Amino acid sequence: MTKSQLIEALAKAEGITLKAAELAVNVAFESMEKALIQGDRVEIRGFGSFKVKDYEGYKGRNPKTGELIEVKPKRLPFFKVGKELKERVDSGAR
Amino acid sequence: MTLTKAHIVENLFAENVFTKAESAQIIETLFEIIKQTLEDGEDVLISGFGKFSVKAKNQRRGRNPQTGEPIILPPRRVVTFKCSGVLREKINHGS
Repeated sequence: MTKSQLIEALAKAEGITLKAAELAVNVAFESMEKALIQGDRVEIRGFGSFKVKDYEGYKGRNPKTGELIEVKPKRLPFFKVGKELKERVDSGAR
Repeated sequence: MTLTKAHIVENLFAENVFTKAESAQIIETLFEIIKQTLEDGEDVLISGFGKFSVKAKNQRRGRNPQTGEPIILPPRRVVTFKCSGVLREKINHGS
């Protein structure tokens, strides 16, 4: 499912226009994006939580050429699946 | 600070398009659609944000960490998230 399919599904489920559904989807993801850029946590009950983790730099190798490279420190959002979603996805397998 | 669903509802309400109750209902439905899609085994790709994928894990042998007793862990499905390159850039340059 892509973002535009999500917008369509939301419009249909809520009986709202595509434009209104697009606004809602954009507000939701922009809110989460803004929080993560500020380094804040995001917690959506039943869905999951995001937090930005700091990774230290290290010396690594280009796996293709074997060349020594320096990997710079970076920050990445880490997603922890919420209990409800975790259970639903796993039971969907059976 | 932690962003919660209530904050997202506030932000949607602040757009002056929906009532507070409608905003809450719409955000609730939005996450329910995403959860249902993942439950059905389908990935959800939000361009500019990231991708939620459903991954199948094989059955594997493990141990009860308390008793050391060998056990068979059944196959299971898990959700993983991969951040989009755009968001990754923003997070790293926002610091």
